Amino acid sequence: MGEGPVASGSRRRIVTPGRSAIGGLVLALVLLPLVGGQYAQYVAIQVLILSLFALGFNILFGYTGLLSFGQAGFYAVGAYGCAKLLLLTPSLLFGVVGGTLLAGAAALVLGVLCIRHTRIYFSMLTLAFGMMIFSMALKWRDFTGGDDGLVGIPRAPLEIPGLVSISMASMGRYYYFVLAVSLVAIAIAYRLVHSPLGLTFQGIRDSEGRMAFTGVSVRTYRLIAFVIAGLYAGLAGALLPALENTVTPPVAHWTTSADPVLATLLGGIQAFAGPIVGAFLFFMIKDIIVRFTEYWLIWLGIIVVVLVMGFRGGVVSLATARWRALRPGREGA
Amino acid sequence: MTEYLLETKGLRKTFGRLAAVAGVSLGISEGTLAAIIGPNGAGKTTLINLLTGLLTPDTGTVRFKGEDITRVPSHGRVRRGLSRSFQIMNIFPNLAVRQNLLLPALSRRGRNLHAVARLEDETGANADAEELLREIGLWDHRDARAGALSHGDQRLLELGIAVGTRPELCFLDEPCAGMNPIERQTVLGLMRKLSSQRRTTFVIVEHDMDVVFSLAERIVVMNHGEVLADGTPAEIRENRVVRETYLGAEV
Repeated sequence: MGEGPVASGSRRRIVTPGRSAIGGLVLALVLLPLVGGQYAQYVAIQVLILSLFALGFNILFGYTGLLSFGQAGFYAVGAYGCAKLLLLTPSLLFGVVGGTLLAGAAALVLGVLCIRHTRIYFSMLTLAFGMMIFSMALKWRDFTGGDDGLVGIPRAPLEIPGLVSISMASMGRYYYFVLAVSLVAIAIAYRLVHSPLGLTFQGIRDSEGRMAFTGVSVRTYRLIAFVIAGLYAGLAGALLPALENTVTPPVAHWTTSADPVLATLLGGIQAFAGPIVGAFLFFMIKDIIVRFTEYWLIWLGIIVVVLVMGFRGGVVSLATARWRALRPGREGA
Repeated sequence: MTEYLLETKGLRKTFGRLAAVAGVSLGISEGTLAAIIGPNGAGKTTLINLLTGLLTPDTGTVRFKGEDITRVPSHGRVRRGLSRSFQIMNIFPNLAVRQNLLLPALSRRGRNLHAVARLEDETGANADAEELLREIGLWDHRDARAGALSHGDQRLLELGIAVGTRPELCFLDEPCAGMNPIERQTVLGLMRKLSSQRRTTFVIVEHDMDVVFSLAERIVVMNHGEVLADGTPAEIRENRVVRETYLGAEV
């Protein structure tokens, strides 16, 4: 008989660093504007945006087994879509929801073509479509502003007609808006990956053939995962225009697609929190290294290579393993 | 005219110039325990792949419960009551054993799309999975990673996944390969039990003649993509052509 990691009859509460870490992290994020200045809030918003971007990417990659190199395309659709809507109607909620849905629609259309393939063919198709969106951002000058991008995007108030209107003029207010949106989106993703749909995605990742013989249309579920990842990329992108007041073509470039890949690999693809922790580390490493050299990406690349070669589960798995090793009694194996 | 659960007519599949299945016509009645035997390269696995939708035939038809399913994809055939296991191990290695059996149970109950429900709240599917866990003798390993099980246990688990959709007709490709005698008895016992209790029809491809002749009520012998003989174990034992081409001194 084979031995597995856990094989006991009784249910027990497993002590992991997860719960206390989440509580502490949320508290720290809520208190941040009280202790940190505008720059800290600005970086924290960027971390949250990359967290959402990477979280969606990992639903596709870590949970469903599809490696996309074109997520920047949907990130850009979210960003440009939100920017255009904010320029039309100064309503933050309208812009963010609209940008997100536009990215989801784009993912649905392109996904129908991409999910017919798997492995490297899928990856190359997503890369190609991502670059097509980049070309549109660059060349469709009338709509996107070309090289110059869209400028003068207002940080519109959070307005629900007849109910509430909150100004977002200060960085602190916008930070709390992004934090609230991110926490809700992370909670939804958490529930999703622990639902029957999440288990179905994992089944497809492990064995498409076996999954089809449980009566599941694998292509349909791949498409669902692709659209979910597109929605998360779109939401991340839609939070950008009001922060930067501008959107330019590099948001659609394939190098932007690499950001969630790197963040996820840093944090770990096997843990739900991996992409979130990875996004935080991504900006931490960048912030530290950039003080010494402008070639920060080289150093980040080296760190990722070391992690992938030595600790495939990323930082989260490494930390979890260390935690369990330190508390063997509590694990009661 | 006999109403078959599954019926094929003139089923043919070629790879290049090789006719892996060369015009097979056969019918399988409900509740049968049947075996397909034949030497390596006889076309047994290709035939099962055609019947379960993994391959599309060049010519010929497949009918299940009277419906033409020749062009129906695999998942559609499973929803209609077909299932299978594979010659090469095919489980969900990174999922827990319990989750491996939860997936077919969720599918049977049409719950895969639910994105809000928690897995532990899927009481019906969880009960199905736990019942199967006990039946295949893997209860003690329910929380283990499936890929960490022994070969025999993985085979048992794959059988559990295959019958987890509660099929009316289940194809098992070498279900006892690499198993010890105790595990083999578990597999045979489960097949007999499901056959008598749920009237599940089983068709196995198997090289172990002890397994075939102790289980099967009907045996189909294939050679060069064609059906060489089709009958009861006693008829197959007595068939001179079968003895000469395949069984030899084994029986």
